Amino acid sequence: MSNFPYKRQVLKGSIFSGGAFLLVLLSPRAAGAMHIMEGFLPWGWSLFWAAVSFPFVFLGYRSLSRLLITNPNYKMLLGLAAAFVFVVSALKMPSVTGSCSHPTGVGLGTILFGPLVISLISTIVLLFQSLLLAHGGITTLGANVFSMGIAGPLAAFAIFMLGRKLSLPRWLNVSLTAFMANMVTYLVTSLQLALAFPMESGGWAASFLKFAGIFAVTQIPLALSEAILTVIVFNFLYSYNHQELSTLLNWPKEVQAQ
Amino acid sequence: MKTSTYLLLFLAVVLLAAMPLLLTPDAPFEGADGMAEEIILEINPEFEPWREPFWEPPSGEIESMLFALQAAAGSLFIGYYLGRLSARRGERGNKAKIPAGIAH
Repeated sequence: MSNFPYKRQVLKGSIFSGGAFLLVLLSPRAAGAMHIMEGFLPWGWSLFWAAVSFPFVFLGYRSLSRLLITNPNYKMLLGLAAAFVFVVSALKMPSVTGSCSHPTGVGLGTILFGPLVISLISTIVLLFQSLLLAHGGITTLGANVFSMGIAGPLAAFAIFMLGRKLSLPRWLNVSLTAFMANMVTYLVTSLQLALAFPMESGGWAASFLKFAGIFAVTQIPLALSEAILTVIVFNFLYSYNHQELSTLLNWPKEVQAQ
Repeated sequence: MKTSTYLLLFLAVVLLAAMPLLLTPDAPFEGADGMAEEIILEINPEFEPWREPFWEPPSGEIESMLFALQAAAGSLFIGYYLGRLSARRGERGNKAKIPAGIAH
């Protein structure tokens, strides 16, 4: 079997992600993760978001192992996408609202590998941050994976595909994608909090506006920064690793020439 | 992209981060998640987080060390990979011309 050497790698990956999932599933308060603080979602919602996120992460894991078996060369590029998420999600930056938040970095990986693979990467980063940094939490893991690893990337992927259809200039399309990945992540976080904590008057819509006022507005300048950083890395890749990138993205000729 | 374009873009990121500090010098700049916590308690004063983090960094210093470590590890990999790419192109010299479109 020609792909036998990669079996071990896939096995290792399975054990790791399996462990992560078990942790999420077996922990009695299993749920969401990242920007929602530990214990701050009622347990029903925690379970709900964990259940919603699980299939995506599972599919992400499957599509990742398939990709690595057929194309082991992408390992490094995959590492780059993950490292990018690691770096920018550690950068807590000040924003115009007078508070701080951090970019998500999932836009780059979404462009390169699609939204499913990035959901697995996000889960790993969120798990790391909740266990070692008390940032996010195990009970909020499902919710945070959903916002940062699923909803943001899916929206970003849709924008990216649309941009390709409209033949937007590459830099513009890449920035829009990264910007959207970031903004949608925090809009969904606001929505998750609003659903769990509706206001007495006005219900969840009023409470959504309130949460979005914090998360989303804070996020605008950070989303811009993230867009710029993503373009920098993407253009560098485009210049220096053109072949791998156009194969991966199946980039049409006209776009390549831009 | 030309080197100067890269530098200008980096400068833009720095300015974006510096701008809030200059515009609102008296702001507390706490985490947005902490502010959300306040709203939650405002909406539902009886709510109590039902789960504490497993482990919390004992101090702000240690927490920032861990965050710095996270950023450093990521940057290390990015630098290594991008460096390898640019070295690979250097070795090939001018034999393999890069396709049109990179001088973007």
